Amino acid sequence: MNAIEQAIVWLNDPLNWTNPGGILDRLGEHLGMSAAAVLLGCLVAWPVGLWLGHTGRGGGAVLLVSNVTLAVPTLALLTILPLTFLGFGRPSVVVALAVFAVPPLLANAYTGVRQADPEARDAARGMGLSGGQVLRRVELPLAVPYLAAGFRTAAVQVVATAALASFVNGGGLGQIIRAGFGLDIAAGGGQIIAGGVLVAGLALLVELILALVERVVTPRPLRRTSRRAARRAADAVTGG
Amino acid sequence: MSLHLSYRAAPGNPWFSWQYVRDNSDTILAALREHASLTGRAVLIAALVAVPLAVAAYWFRSLAGPILALTGVLYTIPSLALFAFLAPYLGIGALTVLSVVVLYALLVIVRNAMAGLNQVPPEVREAAEGMGYGRWGRLFRIELPLALPGILTGLRLATVSTVALVTVGVVVGRGGLGQLIFAGFQNNFYKAQIMTGTVLCVLLALVLDLLLAGVGRLLTPWLRGRAG
Repeated sequence: MNAIEQAIVWLNDPLNWTNPGGILDRLGEHLGMSAAAVLLGCLVAWPVGLWLGHTGRGGGAVLLVSNVTLAVPTLALLTILPLTFLGFGRPSVVVALAVFAVPPLLANAYTGVRQADPEARDAARGMGLSGGQVLRRVELPLAVPYLAAGFRTAAVQVVATAALASFVNGGGLGQIIRAGFGLDIAAGGGQIIAGGVLVAGLALLVELILALVERVVTPRPLRRTSRRAARRAADAVTGG
Repeated sequence: MSLHLSYRAAPGNPWFSWQYVRDNSDTILAALREHASLTGRAVLIAALVAVPLAVAAYWFRSLAGPILALTGVLYTIPSLALFAFLAPYLGIGALTVLSVVVLYALLVIVRNAMAGLNQVPPEVREAAEGMGYGRWGRLFRIELPLALPGILTGLRLATVSTVALVTVGVVVGRGGLGQLIFAGFQNNFYKAQIMTGTVLCVLLALVLDLLLAGVGRLLTPWLRGRAG
């Protein structure tokens, strides 16, 4: 029996889904910590990014943050944070994942406000709106496609990275793969591949759903911008 | 509160220790060497495959869509899943790590090289054609040099992310410096070992990035005045 057949057999065993620590448990953990991490990332990155974009300062800092986080291995943060005041367990894993959600969220919030039509901004100023009002009533609505694109990039990345939480026994679907490796390739090959299918499938599913959501929530006239935003977001993240 | 407690509870577990570095210099250097060699080989192989691929997509427009779509899907797949797919076939060892990091580096370089090639102005292409350049002459004399900034950006990004990605190789026991980090975590959460591995990882990424930036400056002297 080759590894793929083993994987199909493994996935077809109902106990592998419903057991404690089975697929459903792991899926819940995976989604729970991903959601918390993305939420934390949004709470930190969006206000900062919007404010930096509004004042027009700190473009270099935004770039620096994304470049530095690119160089820091996820494994390092996952192992270091539990040893700080965060302690072992869920909080440190969530913070580690949130760190990697920040760059796309920050870069898109910044770009989203910066790209707002200067004439619209001037008109708002001329109507007597204060700085905060310009940000809230003009720049923020215009930045929505960018915020959505950044959210999607960040969420997909966090769901993908959450698989690594298994290195520090942080739970999630990655745990299934790690357990398979623990069994040795010959015995656990099927489980390893099954875990890989689950992890990859979840990431692709989240990407697909968020792409649809992004399309639905963006008003039709802004859809063209949204596509451009996604592309620019990708450029901002890859620094291109 | 818990911060103070944990510090008092573990006075012999500093974040950094020269003693550790001195006593384990052999292990640390071996891990660093493995990490650097995996990264170097991966980026080299990826570049050798990615640039011709980007040129093919540039020449035959119908290939560009599928290549972009495929790289997009592959990029969404988590690294651990890719390890899971390849390990049962390639075995536990360096070959699996190399294959995974080559795939990711490949995606980054292909995308940036394609962007670089597409940025070549059509007038320039037409002028070259008018001067009698053939397809290959135009590619090597005009288009690739003009796409060089894009390709170099791709190489730098691929290098930095590969350095970080190699650490995931601990899952098959060949994570370079990741091995150090992970062993430190398992070895009673030995902070000095974790920190040494992390710092070396970030430094390696920084040094390689600066190196490539320097090479890029040497290769594209015409951009220097503009940037300065």
